[in-house]
Amino acid sequence: MSILSINNLSLRIGAVDILHDVDLSMQHGEIVAITGESGSGKSITALSVMGLLPRGAVAEGQIMLDGADVLQTSEPDLCQMRGNTMGMVFQEPMTALNPVQTIGAQVAETILIHEDTTRAEAHARAAEMLERVGLKVAPTRYPHELSGGQRQRVVIGMAIALRPKLLIADEPTTALDVTTQARILDLLQGLVREFDMGLLLITHDLAVVADVADRIVVMQKGRVVEAGQTQDLLANMQHPYTKALFAASSHQVELPEQIAAAPLLWVDQVARDYPLPRKAVFGPRPTFRALHDISFSIGHGERVGLVGESGCGKSTLTRAILGLEDVQEGRISLDGAPVFAGKQPNLAVRRKMQVVFQDPYSSFNPRHRVDRLITEPFHLLDEPPVGLARDAAIAKALQDVGLSPGDAGKYIHEFSGGQRQRIAIARALIIEPELIIFDEAVSALDVSVRAQVLDLIADLCRKRPLAYLFISHDLSVIRSVTDRVMVMQAGRIVEQGKTEHVFTTPQHPYTRDLIAAAPQLPELPHALDPV
Amino acid sequence: MIRYALGRLTSLIISLLVASLVIFAVIEVIPGDPAAFMLGVNARPDTIAALRAEMGLDQSIITRYFDWVTGLLQGDFGQSWTYKTPVAELISDRIWVSLPLAIYALILSALIAFPAGIFAASRRGGPGDITIMGATQLGVAIPNFWFAMILVLIFAINLRWFSAGGFPGWGDPLQALKALTLPAIALALPQAAILARVMRSSLLDMLGEDFIRTARAKGLTRRQALWRHAVRNALIPVLTIIGLQFSFLLAGGIIIEQVFFLPGLGRLIFQSISARDLIVVESVVMLLVFTVIVVNFTVDLAYAAVDPRLRAKA
Repeated sequence: MSILSINNLSLRIGAVDILHDVDLSMQHGEIVAITGESGSGKSITALSVMGLLPRGAVAEGQIMLDGADVLQTSEPDLCQMRGNTMGMVFQEPMTALNPVQTIGAQVAETILIHEDTTRAEAHARAAEMLERVGLKVAPTRYPHELSGGQRQRVVIGMAIALRPKLLIADEPTTALDVTTQARILDLLQGLVREFDMGLLLITHDLAVVADVADRIVVMQKGRVVEAGQTQDLLANMQHPYTKALFAASSHQVELPEQIAAAPLLWVDQVARDYPLPRKAVFGPRPTFRALHDISFSIGHGERVGLVGESGCGKSTLTRAILGLEDVQEGRISLDGAPVFAGKQPNLAVRRKMQVVFQDPYSSFNPRHRVDRLITEPFHLLDEPPVGLARDAAIAKALQDVGLSPGDAGKYIHEFSGGQRQRIAIARALIIEPELIIFDEAVSALDVSVRAQVLDLIADLCRKRPLAYLFISHDLSVIRSVTDRVMVMQAGRIVEQGKTEHVFTTPQHPYTRDLIAAAPQLPELPHALDPV
Repeated sequence: MIRYALGRLTSLIISLLVASLVIFAVIEVIPGDPAAFMLGVNARPDTIAALRAEMGLDQSIITRYFDWVTGLLQGDFGQSWTYKTPVAELISDRIWVSLPLAIYALILSALIAFPAGIFAASRRGGPGDITIMGATQLGVAIPNFWFAMILVLIFAINLRWFSAGGFPGWGDPLQALKALTLPAIALALPQAAILARVMRSSLLDMLGEDFIRTARAKGLTRRQALWRHAVRNALIPVLTIIGLQFSFLLAGGIIIEQVFFLPGLGRLIFQSISARDLIVVESVVMLLVFTVIVVNFTVDLAYAAVDPRLRAKA
């Protein structure tokens, strides 16, 4: 008997149709993955099953869970089912826990609200559950004392404390590092087997899907476009969207041959310390060393990748290279001039270097038009172009990134995420810098948009020699767009070399761990249609 | 936690020191000759000289500051020039009106604001929310002295439940509390309106947080999630406002004290300024600053009690 069967589920919020005739069913002990791009309706499908729809949502159809139709169940009965029959794990472990309660109390709460048991008994069972999910810290700790992976274990412990029949995990590993992701996925798979529960896994990451799911459901714009057993579906994709999705996920760009050239950026034995809070009221301030002895160089026209997990010092290094903060040891110079020049920015250096950030939504002032946004770097020039020359520069920058000159008069909210990232690249390119730093620049984009932006970067390299430092936690992207790669761990560069070489024959154990932990898309049997 | 408290205590002591220096400088040094200032332009030189001697103005500034501070620490606030009595006595008479009044008003305002804010937040956009928000809009807009007069008109003059003013002393605590009730309500309502709005918006922020969704996924009802997870987190900004309000309630009661003929600190400072009695002004201002700083210290400790993340930080 299936534990969950969704029949003809349609949903709208106000006048907007969100889901159309979604069908899905799953068995005990089965892992079903719903995948698709943002806005495809994956998460809202999950929330429908939990009965946690946003206000104003109207659902039709049937969601049969454990013999009851969720859509027909009253709110008090739904509260009985949540946490008991079904549990849910969310994407963002950093904010999913109440910061003012201990983790033990939060797990025990699941037990206490559903079962008539003593507080001590509930806490004892919570401690057991935390142990089961592999957490090696005391239940009396608070969430802020835990890492992201540890917090996700707490959330999982909370969701499965009463051994629900169905566990829904909405992007449970998206916010985590690859090695942590691998461990959390292992844990989830183990729990499914041990408790014989169904796991409804929602993720945009096809490599994860291919790795762990028994069955795959592909959604697009609120419809299920394809569903099937993982092996069958991978071997024999029918729908063009599924094909496009997989093609985009394994997208490789064609970089032009790199020309051997003189060094542009020199980073020489750099160390960066951050002050920590004083231990005693008038005591000395201890420091934390975020970067240790970092040395590398980037040549003119060279494309270098930097990989590492969160907290390893990637962002600190970015800020140091950009000259936003001074370093405590060593030197960083661009074309022979130091990048940090005290309080007065050294315009001559700054204009040779631009940056593209991760979040295309928050890196623009929403009240300015595109022409003003992308000409911001002009203040670095001694004689910025004015009048017609300025208009021509704007038009060229927009055309270079695949937008039209007419977009100059629009506001940023009128663009999609991918277009915004193109505008961010246009802003970086407009003063023709020698070096661009891409700081997780494609991490927030959907796979098909990511593929387009990567193509754009390769295209720009073909037009003129472009040197960049590409920072990402995504190994497949790094592998595709860089000539050379550096692996960073705990503030040190532990390995660097030709990208292909590092990926095929990693030397450092940490590099090997990273590569082993990254889920891989299986080799697909036949050529996929291009996007 | 202890380190956090010690850190806050250090900052408290430093604040008090800086405040005392500033008050001393503004009142005793900047006007030039305080004695001449106190006596006005028509004073005779020998009167000024006599006052200078009495105030110890012939000594150096540093000695005077030092004497003043050591005096304060021992409870010796000097002798009032106009009342001819020790300032400490003047203050201790009045603080027993102003301090209970401020605390009374604060408790009333919290008692009104917390349920109102929580009720409004839990019914966001509904008629209850709209009514309460409309009422708080009025509460913020209405001047408290006008409201005080309306209270007197209704409850003292028409209904005769309370007396219209005056303070009988603490000989009979019930009578004393009764006399403070109307002024406390007049002081509390505008504060409650502000506090309710802060409570509501802070709670709404918390209700949008991920951990509320997590709590709901565990099976908590909307109400349980609100009470168990949102309220305590929402208290942090509310505590800040309470700390700020207390200082206002203590010193800002001048107008309300006038309306109700209460012999409080506000009236004392008002009369002393009119009479140019710098000795009283200086001490009362220092006392108010001291209270505010101590209240804020308490608020800091309350933050730490609410939020474990602050306890961890030194």
